Amino acid sequence: MSTQVTAAAASVWDGGRSPYAVNSKKFGMWLFIISDSLTFSALLFAYTYGRVSNPNWPTPFHFSPSIIFSSVMTFALLSSSLTMVMAVHSMNHGNRKAAGGWILATMAGGTLFVVLHLTEWLNLINNEHVTPAHNPWGVPLFGATFFGITGLHMTHVIIGIIYLGIICQAIFRGKFKAEDVEVSGLYWHFVDLVWMFVFPLVYLMSAKI
Amino acid sequence: MSTHAEVLEHVEGAGTLTFVRVWIALLGLTGCEIFLAYEQVGVMLMLSILVALSIIKAALIIAYFMHLKFERFSLFVTLFPMLVFCILLMTIFFLGDAVRLPFMRPGI
Repeated sequence: MSTQVTAAAASVWDGGRSPYAVNSKKFGMWLFIISDSLTFSALLFAYTYGRVSNPNWPTPFHFSPSIIFSSVMTFALLSSSLTMVMAVHSMNHGNRKAAGGWILATMAGGTLFVVLHLTEWLNLINNEHVTPAHNPWGVPLFGATFFGITGLHMTHVIIGIIYLGIICQAIFRGKFKAEDVEVSGLYWHFVDLVWMFVFPLVYLMSAKI
Repeated sequence: MSTHAEVLEHVEGAGTLTFVRVWIALLGLTGCEIFLAYEQVGVMLMLSILVALSIIKAALIIAYFMHLKFERFSLFVTLFPMLVFCILLMTIFFLGDAVRLPFMRPGI
């Protein structure tokens, strides 16, 4: 133990080894995740500010279909995180075929999420007449923040599906290493993590009781 | 650069059963949130409980799914304190103002 500590301490100052013991791709993804967290935090604070400070804030999300849809979306995203972590697990054990299969399952979960989300958006636009600038309740900030936050999150999910698609085809062709799958997994889990805040703050806080 | 030994340490750190348990816990916490949405509680109380549950869920995802529990502590110390600090600043400046604003309206 003492030998390892001495070696690590010496090598940090020599510039020989990373003090974090992670590769540069993984560290870069972590830095991106932290910066993106602040972007989403600022948007969610803007939404929460409007929600708390305005007693007339609209509550358009009926249990059916909005809350049911968003709950199924949450289930799809959480399950896709489980399949993603299984992909990383398989890749760490050198099982490329299984890893590819788990990534395909993750992409299916993400696609289900996007389809349900777009259906929910269309329901809100066509039936509740909510747009980013107008809504029947006279609180334009609602539409602006709702479509801003959920739109940015959905963009992240779509980019994640494309990213995983690229990783998946490379794995089946024998390219890329376990660390590449792990880095893509970090991104996917972050997308899931953001939804863990968007779902309660945006949907549940504006649910029609 | 991760060595083979480090990769194996990750694998042994969290197995399939752990991942499934975390997934079930996340689903359970989500169920609690949905139940809470249909209870007649005040906006601030509901907001506080929902945010607390979300932070627990985020911690589970970061620790187990994103493997941070099995990384070096130096990585955590480098990444998270400044994120928490920035979020606390936003809470102090914006949330207090948001709570105060409805009582500043004329006629209230």
